[in-house]
Amino acid sequence: MKPRVGLFVTCLVDLMRPSVGFAAAKLIEASGCDVAVPAGQTCCGQPAYNSGDKADARVLALATMGACDGCDYVVAPSGSCAAMMKLHYPQLMAGDESAQARARAFALTVYELSSFLVTVRRMTAVPGRFDGRVAYHDACSGLRELGIAAEPRRLLAQVAGLELVEMADRESCCGFGGLFSVKYPDISNALVERTAAAARAADPQLVLGGDLGCLMNIAGKLARQGSRIGCRHVAEVLAGELADPPIAHDALETGP
Amino acid sequence: MTQRMLDFEASARAALADASLQRALAGLPGGLVAERAAAKARLPEFEALRDAARDIRDHTLRNLDLYLKAFERRAAASGSRVHFASTAAEARDAILAICRAANATLIAKGKSMVSEEIGLNSHLEAAGAEVVETDLGEYLVQLRGERPSHIIAPAIHIDQAQAAADFRRRHTHLAQDRRLEEAPDLVAEARAILREKFLAADVGITGANFLIAETGAAVIVTNEGNGDLVALLPKVHIVVASIEKVVPTLEDAATLIRLLARSGTGQDMTAYTTFLAGPKRDGDPDGPEACHVVIVDNGRAALLGSEFREVLRCIRCGACMNHCPVYNAVGGHAYNSVYAGPIGAVLTPALIGLGEARDLPNASSFCGRCEEVCPVKIPLPKLMRSWREVDFARREAPLAARAALEAWAFCAKRPRLYHLATRLAVLALKMAARGRGAFGSFPLARGWTRHRDFPAPQGRTFHELWAKTKRGASA
Repeated sequence: MKPRVGLFVTCLVDLMRPSVGFAAAKLIEASGCDVAVPAGQTCCGQPAYNSGDKADARVLALATMGACDGCDYVVAPSGSCAAMMKLHYPQLMAGDESAQARARAFALTVYELSSFLVTVRRMTAVPGRFDGRVAYHDACSGLRELGIAAEPRRLLAQVAGLELVEMADRESCCGFGGLFSVKYPDISNALVERTAAAARAADPQLVLGGDLGCLMNIAGKLARQGSRIGCRHVAEVLAGELADPPIAHDALETGP
Repeated sequence: MTQRMLDFEASARAALADASLQRALAGLPGGLVAERAAAKARLPEFEALRDAARDIRDHTLRNLDLYLKAFERRAAASGSRVHFASTAAEARDAILAICRAANATLIAKGKSMVSEEIGLNSHLEAAGAEVVETDLGEYLVQLRGERPSHIIAPAIHIDQAQAAADFRRRHTHLAQDRRLEEAPDLVAEARAILREKFLAADVGITGANFLIAETGAAVIVTNEGNGDLVALLPKVHIVVASIEKVVPTLEDAATLIRLLARSGTGQDMTAYTTFLAGPKRDGDPDGPEACHVVIVDNGRAALLGSEFREVLRCIRCGACMNHCPVYNAVGGHAYNSVYAGPIGAVLTPALIGLGEARDLPNASSFCGRCEEVCPVKIPLPKLMRSWREVDFARREAPLAARAALEAWAFCAKRPRLYHLATRLAVLALKMAARGRGAFGSFPLARGWTRHRDFPAPQGRTFHELWAKTKRGASA
């Protein structure tokens, strides 16, 4: 029997770019799993948690865990949301032993998409094909909280025709930081200007990443600068789901 | 919202627009950051040392009273007088009293952040003494009437041309054709002035990087040797240090010293590492006649039993600042605080109150690099989040931000309402975008769209689309 994977689609993918959710589902299925989309999911609670609103974050954490009951794994196309569920849920439940035990057990089932495909499913062939140069931006949560850097690159190496180039200073924050980019837009902008400059210097056709928030930030900056470089979630390229235009690009444009 | 003395956003904006500051800060990634990486790469046991250092600091903090008492006993045995000050005012007064008893008119200082914290210089100057900073960066900062913008590189915000201009402005004895273009010219000029001060000073004041309980010694590390001259030449030497500077043994100090410079400047060791224990003894070639150690609490003891205890592990290397994208963007002065960067974002609210410093723990993208490079593994993002929790409970965030968060949380906790509301919202946004891929201006995120486009949504939510598929229908 195939493992049952609960796709935690993340609130940004749900709202902004559902095609990433379908690409993720396709990849998980291609790795030999059944995909379920738990209906009760909304948001992992990170915006509340990082705003100091622990009470609402706890309610959302409990609701998310409840929604994902019965799944063998819970997979999110985001290092940030996965880290929230995997690392921070148990901390959030401190002081309530049974809830904390539940969060710890839940945490063991949670994976960021690329790390699930590589470390759990040992995927060696992906459906996507892409003729051109891409760069991969490491989002901070996935990189530093979950230690994800090799996994997306191993998957990209399986994409026929794809050439991976590395951007300079790839461990630096793009300045998204969730509500940080809204609360401190000028500082956030100083950060994304550096990331955008690194992207332009590497000159790929696409900048890929594992977190839609960072990608929206980088794509928004590149679009404002008039750059032709597109931004996509890495799942879109891995799954070969490229019918929609890159993030922040107009529908009529042709291109990667 | 309470009236804040520290307007972080305004000073951050000014810093971002300050071209010479930005030039100075641009040197950080290729400078201190690259140097640390190289130092770490040269030392295979670097990560193991971080674990050991964290354990030393945690053990010390759990037994801080014992180690402070042990230090006091050992320091007294070697002839120093130890003074405990629970507040900044007590510390200032204790130091002023020592200076008065020595009839001090000229006081030479080594670099000390805690002296900045307690406002020592202005206190001594108000009492009529001349106070001279002898670390080159601190000297420059003092000439300019500023505070340090970095805990180990106080003048990192000043480029060389500015430094030369400051010297010309303040050293009025300089011949107009005196060369000050190169760094060695500046050093020579400062040295000529400072030599006189070292020799003439009545009292020398230094900080301490560590106080060793086992030996009663204060340890100072410098690259200029100025600390040694300040400690040894004047008749009276005062060490001012905060309570958490104590370490149990010489061995422990050695472990921490192996990490301190590597983390901060990328040096294996600083040029000078000096152990100072007591006044000049019979047969010593030099040294002060009297030694005092002023140990300052200033709010730290209250942190020991709190969720913020880990911040007291800090050994003041500056690595968190060097690696912080926010610090790199705005520099230290924008924080309007003695301590800037991630460590300042956690420590400052504890020292001066969250009300005046609430922006500091909020202004972080939680990228986590500070924790990654901290030699004593302080979980800085976690501690900043803890301050946000205190802040949230006090409802000090602007009303609009609070209301937006509450409205969002209300919906997110009600999946049916949430999915309906989000379906309608993204559809409306898609229509408003009129086929374009992004918004050039966006009413709910004006700050965002001042600098970058806001991507338009694809128009349907994932949950709506998934429910229409075969897989979604069978779920």
